[in-house]
Amino acid sequence: MTATTVDLVDYADATRRYDPVIGIEVHVELGTLTKMFCPAEVSFGAEPNSQVTPVSLGLPGALPVVNGKAVEYAIRIGLALNCQIAETCRFARKNYFYPDVPKNFQTSQYDEPIAYDGWIDVELEDGTVFRVEIERAHMEEDAGKNTHVGGATGRIHGAEYSLVDYNRAGIPLVEIVTRPITGAGDRAPEVARAYVQTLRDIFRALDVSEARMERGNVRADVNLSLRASADAPLGTRTETKNVNSFRSVERAVRYEVSRQAAVLDAGGTVIQETRHWHEDTGITTAGRVKSDAEDYRYFPEPDLVPVAPPREWVEEIRAALPELPVARRRRLQGEWGYADAEMRDVVNAGAIDLIEATVAAGTSPAGARKWWMGELARRAKQDDLELGGLAVTPAQVAELQGLVDAGRINDKLARQVLEGVLAGEGDPEQVVVARGLEVVSDDGALLAAIDEALAAQPDIVEKVRGGNLGPVGAIIGAVMKATRGQADAARVRELVLERIG
Amino acid sequence: MSDDLTRLSAAEIAEGLHASDFSSVEVTQAHLDRIAAVDDSVHAYLHVSTDDALATARDVDARRAAGEELPLLAGVPIAVKDVVVTRGMPTTAGSKILEGWVPPYDATLVERIREAGLPILGKTNMDEFAMGSSTEHSAYGNTRNPWDLDRIPGGSGGGSAAAVAAFEAPLAIGTDTGGSIRQPGAVTGTVGVKPTYGGVSRYGLIAMASSLDQAGPVTRTVLDSALLHELIGGHDPRDSTSFRDKLPSLVDAAVQGATQDLAGVRVGVVTELSGEGYQEGVRARFAESLDLLRARGAEIVEVSCPHFDYALGAYYLIMPSEASSNLAKFDGMRFGLRVEPEDGPVTAERVMAATRGAGFGDEVKRRIILGTYALSAGYYDAYYGSAQKVRTLIQRDFAAAFEQADVLVSPTAPTTAFRFGEKLDDPLAMYLNDVATIPANLAGVPGMSVPAGLSDDGLPVGFQVLAPAKADDRMYRVGAALEAALLDSWGGPLLDRAPVLPVATAEQEG
Amino acid sequence: MATMSTISRDEVARVAALARIDLRPEELDRLAGELDVIVDSIAKVSEVATPDVPATSHPLPLTNVFRDDVPEPPLPVADVLAAAPSAEDGRFAVPQILGEE
Repeated sequence: MTATTVDLVDYADATRRYDPVIGIEVHVELGTLTKMFCPAEVSFGAEPNSQVTPVSLGLPGALPVVNGKAVEYAIRIGLALNCQIAETCRFARKNYFYPDVPKNFQTSQYDEPIAYDGWIDVELEDGTVFRVEIERAHMEEDAGKNTHVGGATGRIHGAEYSLVDYNRAGIPLVEIVTRPITGAGDRAPEVARAYVQTLRDIFRALDVSEARMERGNVRADVNLSLRASADAPLGTRTETKNVNSFRSVERAVRYEVSRQAAVLDAGGTVIQETRHWHEDTGITTAGRVKSDAEDYRYFPEPDLVPVAPPREWVEEIRAALPELPVARRRRLQGEWGYADAEMRDVVNAGAIDLIEATVAAGTSPAGARKWWMGELARRAKQDDLELGGLAVTPAQVAELQGLVDAGRINDKLARQVLEGVLAGEGDPEQVVVARGLEVVSDDGALLAAIDEALAAQPDIVEKVRGGNLGPVGAIIGAVMKATRGQADAARVRELVLERIG
Repeated sequence: MSDDLTRLSAAEIAEGLHASDFSSVEVTQAHLDRIAAVDDSVHAYLHVSTDDALATARDVDARRAAGEELPLLAGVPIAVKDVVVTRGMPTTAGSKILEGWVPPYDATLVERIREAGLPILGKTNMDEFAMGSSTEHSAYGNTRNPWDLDRIPGGSGGGSAAAVAAFEAPLAIGTDTGGSIRQPGAVTGTVGVKPTYGGVSRYGLIAMASSLDQAGPVTRTVLDSALLHELIGGHDPRDSTSFRDKLPSLVDAAVQGATQDLAGVRVGVVTELSGEGYQEGVRARFAESLDLLRARGAEIVEVSCPHFDYALGAYYLIMPSEASSNLAKFDGMRFGLRVEPEDGPVTAERVMAATRGAGFGDEVKRRIILGTYALSAGYYDAYYGSAQKVRTLIQRDFAAAFEQADVLVSPTAPTTAFRFGEKLDDPLAMYLNDVATIPANLAGVPGMSVPAGLSDDGLPVGFQVLAPAKADDRMYRVGAALEAALLDSWGGPLLDRAPVLPVATAEQEG
Repeated sequence: MATMSTISRDEVARVAALARIDLRPEELDRLAGELDVIVDSIAKVSEVATPDVPATSHPLPLTNVFRDDVPEPPLPVADVLAAAPSAEDGRFAVPQILGEE
């Protein structure tokens, strides 16, 4: 099949002439021990079909029972997203046939979500704050996993058959749906990305999910439509799936803007459809259009009874909510006294927790930032690691700075000590001792080195006595070299001048 | 001796076992012999589990001999409707689509039966996926009414009722969604009980209509039903719709009903179910039964439940809708039949459609299509949504009626057993068999059918007793009272008058 | 009183596809006729189902039935696959799927 070239309008041009409206659906896998409706254990990487019960396998006669922990997590998420928590809500069946859906219906929530009418503030990289309105968050169960066998690419089309593993079938999910996000203009892709990242941070802070997008714990579907202006009615939207990273979220929005703009420019209409994002080629392609795709024949799940969270329980959960990432960042910035740009850098580098721990271990905020955003950031980049992946702990960094503060080593020596720590030679104190990196503080030893240096360059004494202090640097340099840099240069200077007289 | 053993009630067997008058092996073998003798004619059983049953019987006998204290019904054999999942034993739900399927787990009620030491004789025949009132929709052939082998035994649980009526089992398990325990009870002269919804676990019942299904006892006496009901009933954490409340003793209620009068008990005759248009003999036996209750001290009142006229319509919307979703899992992917399309590409979608087209019978297809239609976009409010409202109205009717009466009564079914084929071409006519039993399922209240005698055509008639939700004991009291009075008037059990069944000889069996 | 649409043969075919059931032409014809009659008779429920009447989805008023987040043993893999029409590599083998992801 020949690939037809898709017309695209330059992104900047497109956003000048059209107003993008985005909508994002995020699914988060809850980190409960067991599944949503049955007590099968959930863990990563188990043998296929080794984590199913009659319920999650969809066997005749099996019945679901709601995991109370999952309900609690869903309420936590709703509260963190500033939602109303339903007084009473029901599960509903979403009926459709698909081999990875063992009952051929998904137990979900339809017109009665557990949380609704919320909002979340999203910070873009330059500090701009954007408010995203949340329409709803509801509970549902995950499907099993199809692996397509045969065919050229291993994707569905052209596959000969599929192998199904139901370990994931029944894992608890919460689906969060935004209201149409308007007013982002050409920053829509950034807003989309930042929104998903913000949610991810919240899930982790709430401890409701491992929330790793690359593991599929967090999935995003991105909706986009264009309209002629902010006053015009909403255009036709497409939904893009298979967006598996934050970067993909941003790229997919950008691409769809360009693509839809081209369609509209040519006088065509955007087809309402589900599209598939291709990470390798950076494009979206149309999914298969199914005429019956929308008729899910929702009706209240008769095997489950309503969930009516008592208000006392909701308030208990609210009171136990941890500090959320945005609030925490603001508080820490205040405590640490960082400028906005400095804080942003720290956030973007993923260094908040590390700096917080280092400060807790006794280092000043400035000192902690100096190390983590300076030498360690450089090392991480060089070794192609995340900051947290370096072989040094906040406690060790604190110890290191402590040695500097105590005058036992200087900054230059500290870098050598750090190398030793990273190489696995032990804690900073141990490295200092083992490598003999301590600053020489014994005046006697220094004087001995000074005398040697002076003896080697006798003419300098005359010059200095004559009022020319410049050559003192050469003596200091010689002494530093003799002590392998382990002298306090200022002290050496003092002693040299004393010595010369 | 073995003949005598099969004529005993479950309570009598239990007593005899306890007194060591005979062993469980003897009783179980007697029933297996009876099955071998008559089931060719009756065809109540789809599977006979000889080895399993005898193993349980032996085990119970050994434990009893060792002095262990055993549950009341330990060692009393039982048959189980094939819609209930049994580990290691084939379970078909009367359908080709599950031919040969052996479940890897037991229903909760089966666990309780096994735990209590009841030998399971086998699985009984039924209308496919419990959809029917005659067992003619079984994919495995008809079950015949022991009273007249050319007639239906009722449905969907015709197998369990026929087994008990033919003395092939003293106890059986049935399920009732719109009358599938009670109506077969009526037409076979046996006792059938649908417990309060949520009173018996549905975990392991192959679901038809989740909000209507209940498993319950099929027996020859009211006391036997009470004993079995107490064994299988009670809260199950694996069934979210089962309730925690403990019911008052059903056995005590049955004993009280049989031995004491009904002074102070108000028996309400439901106008809309009082038998207009019902067979003459059915109405006659019903009227006589009322007289007997009155003679025992009950006050007979008339109550109206005006929305019962809409019950059939609501039922035939709610039930197919839920069933269409419950039966979606039968698709040839994970278990059961798989059929490939004869031509064209072999895709999952086409295999599912071919499998279901080949594996489901006519009635099942009818109801799935009806249910899918009723739930379709655009039709929900008019159909399913409306039916759920009628449900509310029916519950209110019951509530109001139970202000005026302690129990409500009616004939169980409009007619006695009809001949095979009589109603197969007219689905609507078939559905009308359930007109008196359906309201109880919609409201979730308990219902019982007690044999009330024979009609002028010599065929059994049933008397239905309904009670408020969780007041199952009231139903047992009144049912037992009527049973005792009728027994008195007949001079012996009704089933004594059933025709002798042809017995297979060694040559015939060969 | 609302008028109910009669169920045409085409409609039955559409619904049968939705329900993934292959019907032979003669089944289609028969079903259309039967369903029409049934639908007519149940249509009268809408007469009494007025807006002021709430719907009942559960016969008994239970709420908040939960289970603790405690694992229980799963089905042994052999049991899971025992009834599979086709299995490979510990997974269920199903024919090619043409739908959306």
